[in-house]
Amino acid sequence: MASEILRLENVCKAYNVGLPTETEVLHGIDLELDHGEFLALIGPSGSGKSTLLNIVGLLDRPTSGRLLIKGQDTAALGDAEITRLRGHTIGFIFQYHLLISAFTARENVMMPMLADRGFPSAEIEARANYLLGQVGLEKFAGNLANNMSGGQQQRVAVARALAMNPDLVLADEPTGNLDTKSADAVFELMRQVNRDSGTSFLLVTHNMDLARRCDRIIEVVDGRIRA
Amino acid sequence: MNRWLPFEWTMAVRFLREGRLQTIFIIGGISIGVAVIVFMSAMLAGLQANFIKRVLTSQPQIQLLAPDQVARPLRHGAGEIEDAVVQRPSQRVISIDQWPKIRTQMQAMPEVVAVSPTILGSVLAVRGDASRSVNLSGVEPDSYFKIVKVPDYIVAGEARLTSEDIIIGVELAKDLGATVGDKLNVRAASGATRVLTVSGLVDLGNKSVNQRVCYAALRTAQSLLGMIGGITTIDITVRDIYAAEEIAQRIQAANVVEADSWIKTNAQFFTAVQAQQNTNTLIRLFVGLSVAFGIAAVLVVSVIQRSKDIGILRAMGTSRGQILRVFLVQGGLLGFVGSLFGAAMGAFALVYWHSVARQADGTELFPLILERSLFVYTAMLATVTGLLAAMAPAVRAAKLDPVVAIRG
Repeated sequence: MASEILRLENVCKAYNVGLPTETEVLHGIDLELDHGEFLALIGPSGSGKSTLLNIVGLLDRPTSGRLLIKGQDTAALGDAEITRLRGHTIGFIFQYHLLISAFTARENVMMPMLADRGFPSAEIEARANYLLGQVGLEKFAGNLANNMSGGQQQRVAVARALAMNPDLVLADEPTGNLDTKSADAVFELMRQVNRDSGTSFLLVTHNMDLARRCDRIIEVVDGRIRA
Repeated sequence: MNRWLPFEWTMAVRFLREGRLQTIFIIGGISIGVAVIVFMSAMLAGLQANFIKRVLTSQPQIQLLAPDQVARPLRHGAGEIEDAVVQRPSQRVISIDQWPKIRTQMQAMPEVVAVSPTILGSVLAVRGDASRSVNLSGVEPDSYFKIVKVPDYIVAGEARLTSEDIIIGVELAKDLGATVGDKLNVRAASGATRVLTVSGLVDLGNKSVNQRVCYAALRTAQSLLGMIGGITTIDITVRDIYAAEEIAQRIQAANVVEADSWIKTNAQFFTAVQAQQNTNTLIRLFVGLSVAFGIAAVLVVSVIQRSKDIGILRAMGTSRGQILRVFLVQGGLLGFVGSLFGAAMGAFALVYWHSVARQADGTELFPLILERSLFVYTAMLATVTGLLAAMAPAVRAAKLDPVVAIRG
């Protein structure tokens, strides 16, 4: 229990609650994730994977059930506290890179730290350079996001997700838009970070080859976890 | 990345820089709006200053007169009036009662700049066979010239008024065939006569006034008009010309005099000045509104274009307040930068127009007044307008659901 980073207890999510069009997407999800664990979340399109990921990432709230991050129940937290907890505990990697195009690779990696502290500093810049070095992109630090390949952008996104040294990284099909070689490189990068720093990963993927290389596989079908 | 720039400012500047064409167009729009405000305000201030200078340096701002003489109805007993219709009596020219005391009181008022006793009357100016009925003003030059800038209007001779001197209007000089140094025979209705020397010719900018205006020393005029030691008006200038009517009413309430302000005696002119100010305010308001709508429209589009960026920023731990400030800063920056370019454009247009627009006699149409306060005020107004205009898009950005925003 002590090493548990994430716990979901009977989490349900419905949209248009109270309306004739009410739709329940998640039905009583129970899930735990330990520190340092690398979990693959698989399932067909529309099964509720992304909704689950949004709830775990504190971008959305469950309709019922409990979500505990590092043992803390998030139900009672206000918007500002949720934002702070998300910024300090969770890193995101999205399918379509989603770097901010007005900034360079280094500045994109600096962004979470900048939002947290308010002002740029040498320390923040040094950490961004270190993380870019870790993902093998130190030479591209000054490049604008749009001037990089898809694989490079996704590696920058990995570096950005690690900027605040989070306990958990949520990756929503991070390799879905990459060629096999780049996908493999990005996956190996995440795996290495997981091994080296003990950061937990929750990876949503359709790629069964990658899922099999994770510590554990959870399959979501029709809003339920298949045993 | 600038170390001194907070997160919100960094984001705002980069967003504006990345949407370069959009930013340039909206700054162009704001600049034109600000330029119109600067140009209109400065030109109208100049025109107004010119009008006011012309009107108020050739007449006092407040004139104290002896009260009207009224006939009282003949009463027979308590509450019983003998004659129901009372005819208005003819108004004799009388002196203001105890005028030196009133003058001292006026001089002690903090709002008052200058006070001058004057005697006014009609006399006949005769030179050879020519004679003209003229208005003679008997003045104390030292105090009177602070109120009516006679020396500024002298076109020949000098503004000298010893007991033997007279200053006359240029048209009167033409009519009488007189010039500086000539003698004039001045006759009052009572038959009193003085021979005075023309010391200067004055042009007050109005032909009929120039045909009738004459200035003599106070004592000379008093002896001519048969009012030794008496005066008919006390002329006053005040610090705030627009407070003249209110001051006049206070003076009238506290003294046995009739007080007329320039606002009352030049009601049409004052109405024109007010109308000009109101028009200027309306133009400023509508230009300000169109600038505000322009900024808001651009930022609303920007929020839609940046929704994914906003979603990522929110996912990374950026608060709603920070997102709100990113867009407010953009609005403020657009307003401020636009105001700088606009002020420069407005000033340039004003200088150009000042050099091109001339009166018929070749003199300037309006004085060039480029006060620093106008630019500071306009820059502040444009910045605040930008901030207010950005409020709605900023709130919309801050309220964006990160899940929806990232999904696009």
